[in-house]
Amino acid sequence: MAETRTIAAPHVELETQEYWDALKDGKLLLKKCRSCNASHHYPRSTCPHCGSSDTFFEETNGKGTIYSYSVMRRVPDPYAIAYVTLDGTDVTMMTNIINCDLNGLSIGQAVRFVSVETETAGTFVPMFEPA
Amino acid sequence: MSIKGEAYIAGAYEHPTRKAVDKSLAQLHAEVAKGALEDAGLTKDDVDGYFCAGDAPGLGALSMADYMGLKLRHMDTSETGGSSYLLHVGHAAQAIKAGKCKIALVTLAGRPRADGMAIGTKPRSYGSDSPDVAFEFPFSPAIVNMYAMCAHRHMHEYGTTSEQLAWIKVAASHHAQHNPDAMLQNVVTVEDVVTSPVIADPLHRLDCCVISDGGGALVVVAPEIADQIKRPKVKLLGAGEAPKHQMGGRIDLTYSAAVHSGPIAFEEAGVTPADIKYASIYDSFTISVLIQLEDLGFCAKGEGGKFVADGNLISGTGKLPFNTDGGGLCNNHPGNRGGMTKVIEAVRQLRGEAHPAVQVPNCDLALAHGTGGSLGTRHAGATLIMERV
Repeated sequence: MAETRTIAAPHVELETQEYWDALKDGKLLLKKCRSCNASHHYPRSTCPHCGSSDTFFEETNGKGTIYSYSVMRRVPDPYAIAYVTLDGTDVTMMTNIINCDLNGLSIGQAVRFVSVETETAGTFVPMFEPA
Repeated sequence: MSIKGEAYIAGAYEHPTRKAVDKSLAQLHAEVAKGALEDAGLTKDDVDGYFCAGDAPGLGALSMADYMGLKLRHMDTSETGGSSYLLHVGHAAQAIKAGKCKIALVTLAGRPRADGMAIGTKPRSYGSDSPDVAFEFPFSPAIVNMYAMCAHRHMHEYGTTSEQLAWIKVAASHHAQHNPDAMLQNVVTVEDVVTSPVIADPLHRLDCCVISDGGGALVVVAPEIADQIKRPKVKLLGAGEAPKHQMGGRIDLTYSAAVHSGPIAFEEAGVTPADIKYASIYDSFTISVLIQLEDLGFCAKGEGGKFVADGNLISGTGKLPFNTDGGGLCNNHPGNRGGMTKVIEAVRQLRGEAHPAVQVPNCDLALAHGTGGSLGTRHAGATLIMERV
């Protein structure tokens, strides 16, 4: 049995508490700005596009497309890191592709969000699996 | 204010070690400092400006000034990873132009091998208070798989192939065979590269740079100091620097910060990519070189694969000789930071002091470019253009 990769628990700041709490309920949130209407990721209290602090979280539909990926081969437990573009947005986020054939991934592939528990029980991060 | 012609690189030194279990980090910094000052015919008592980056121990310039006994009136510990030292040369020129110092020392040292870093597949974190870490580190981003994602996307958009990337390693290996200090001195073929084990697809082991201990240093001086030094004169013509990040998730992995730093340096220098006789290009991975060559304007975006193929980067046969010391891919990548050695080899070329087998004839104009951080997330590019006078 190969050594299993540890999914490190994120360091949660108050600034992003809502994002992490939603993942416990199986929801993926995206930060938006009321001032310029643009979305961004990773979430900030201040919009990186216009500088406004009038930002809020909105739930996504969890659908995305692989922008790029790489399978780390030279480790005991190979895994796929990826950038996924969330459908209907211009936001691309770092993630892992799981529940998949590591030799069958492709750029442009449709994927869907799944909330995955980290090494710290009760703390989740967003990963994606083939849609 | 332009720095064109306002500063000269008068000293350059690359530490010959590639594994320094017997030396402390501060000691390595002091040894490279001494080497570069001796190269310029100066001593540490001549230095009035000092530059170092995050690789320096303790409080950076303050700790190292204490260790080396420097009396300073200007210091700077700007940190942009492996490109820091190219920024420092530009900053030193600005400080000299502003009258803040006359003789600036820049040092880099590192000992990742001595510290037990044998491989580059371990995820890196810059600390939990870095705002991106919680949203990236759980997914195990290492250096290699982030650059691999850049390669995958470039292949997807432009049809770049593993064989084209391999030519970059092949060229570096042709140069490294003449460098007795290089970690990898064997000439390799395209087939050797593409049949070496895949580390993070599509990058193979031979697409990756070496991990080495050591370091290097530079001495940047005012024109009136350069006039007194009995060394070939290397004049700074232009310097550009810029970050490239994710712009809130609007990610495009096919280009680098060189699209910003390059034009700034070329405009200041008043030259074009076609004028450059030799180029030192940051080579953490083969894909790094290809993307930066496009961004600096040596070829069009997407044409990098064709540009690097068939030995075009090999000194003596290709149109753009690059990294004639063997680069990070074969020679040295001290402290996982390749920017310092990029400047040093450009200085050797401009002085006519590169190995005769790789020396570019009449090399009077050279470029050095560095990328620090990660091409796959956020990084800073820095470009220097230098002239032999």
